[in-house]
Amino acid sequence: MLCDNCKERDAIINLTQVEHDSKVTLHLCEQCAQQKGVETGGAVLKTPLGNFLGAVVKGTSTAGALVPASGDGMRCPACGSSLRDFRDSGRLGCDQCYVSFDTHLRDLLRRLHGSSQHVGERYALPGEGNGAEGGGTGDDSRSRLLELKAQLRRAVEGENFELAAELRDRIRVLE
Amino acid sequence: MDLSLLPDGGMRWLDASGPKSTIVLSTRIRLARNVRGIPFSQRAKDADRMAVLERVSDAASSSEHLGSAVAFHLDEMDRPERQLLHERHLVSKELAGLERESRPRPGAALLVQDQVGVMVNEEDHLRLHGMWSGFDLEDAYAEVEAVDTELGKLVPFAFHPEFGYLTSCPTNAGTGLRASVLIHLPGLVLTKEINKVLQGLSQVGLTFRGLYGEGSEVVGNFFQLSNQTTLGKTEDELIDHLGKIVRQVIEYEEQARDVLLRTAPEEVEDKTWRAYGLLKHARRMTFEEAMNLLSGVRLGVGLKLLPGPGVYTLNKLLIYTQPAHLAAMDGRSTGDRELPTVRAAFVRRLLEAESS
Repeated sequence: MLCDNCKERDAIINLTQVEHDSKVTLHLCEQCAQQKGVETGGAVLKTPLGNFLGAVVKGTSTAGALVPASGDGMRCPACGSSLRDFRDSGRLGCDQCYVSFDTHLRDLLRRLHGSSQHVGERYALPGEGNGAEGGGTGDDSRSRLLELKAQLRRAVEGENFELAAELRDRIRVLE
Repeated sequence: MDLSLLPDGGMRWLDASGPKSTIVLSTRIRLARNVRGIPFSQRAKDADRMAVLERVSDAASSSEHLGSAVAFHLDEMDRPERQLLHERHLVSKELAGLERESRPRPGAALLVQDQVGVMVNEEDHLRLHGMWSGFDLEDAYAEVEAVDTELGKLVPFAFHPEFGYLTSCPTNAGTGLRASVLIHLPGLVLTKEINKVLQGLSQVGLTFRGLYGEGSEVVGNFFQLSNQTTLGKTEDELIDHLGKIVRQVIEYEEQARDVLLRTAPEEVEDKTWRAYGLLKHARRMTFEEAMNLLSGVRLGVGLKLLPGPGVYTLNKLLIYTQPAHLAAMDGRSTGDRELPTVRAAFVRRLLEAESS
């Protein structure tokens, strides 16, 4: 099917709009869809076996857009990119951005993943010994500390303050 | 570029030898990593990208897993060749510079050895990936993880004690792991149950995409199911969870196929034979049409309504009927108006040669 707008390229997107209580479906090619502000970044479904899903992803929604504008002026001293740059592009400038914007990112990571605490494989830089599996006592206590901190965060989030107090004390001992 | 340098063209996963390969085409694992101290892709200058490529290439050449890898420098390749690699699922559209007027960035490269590869200078400095035949998350992850462990000892990766592996986009931070399964669900589509299943996925932290991953369309009833979140769970938890849900989806698909066979056996039989007939005899065919007919035949083979062709043949047709592959085989450009004719002729030939 040809695009309803340019009548040149193949239509790949069905855009359903509701105007004045009536439903209008436009069949658009990728270029025309983008001109109309339809983000084609998501998985856009197309199947002749049934119009089972009119999946149209509306508006741009990068991870960056989830960060409040209040910190826009902040810049990462390592790479010079600002929080505003991240809000616009959804991409961070460098590894240090995670430190420079840690408060904002922690909040964002929780919204994206439900947690900001990495509990997967631990990594040791070349020359700094092995990861968690083969690490010495230093590594062990470090990873135990991190695990306790993760538990503490979960306890606070779950308002389990009794457990949180206990965990806090154990963390103090380790630190 | 010489794709013949790659054993099986880098596509051993096509051979349908893996578990559940009638329904699950392939399993893919990807790990996102960045080199510590070098700006991420968004901010990197050409010199930074070249530095990344040099470090990764040096490390790869002294490693066991990538010591004899074939290297493709995308910025030195013509568009049709880059498109070939993309059609083989070896590079993303972004890395291959195939998005509209874009070109590959300097330093954009792919290293491949056996079933694992590394995209260099993609959205992240390194994207390690591996594709396996059928539904085989554990083997695929073990292999890609081994490459990661080895490279991580040679190249310093960006890692944070709280946030884990640091990635250009926070949606990948933590484990950097995206595990995905390319699954064929015609039964659920025909019984109109697919919507429910896909909606259910988002509630359990999974997502779906089209045949070529992010931003691609769903064609031929192929869905790529993968984990949505990458942080707060261990790699094993993420993989176990995806595996559990995929097993459930396979079960739903099998149930849907049973329903079809019970309630509309003649229609289903007719549909699959018609698809087979068109593939065997049509004279012109778009890629999309080929995909949909292949979907019908695959369903017929799965339900034992058709005597052949084999799943391996169907998998090959999925790859080789894509524009860049046909164009390369026939010495044409990818925009050639005769491609639909070339495609139909190729499908007829392959089915003739490989049908029992």
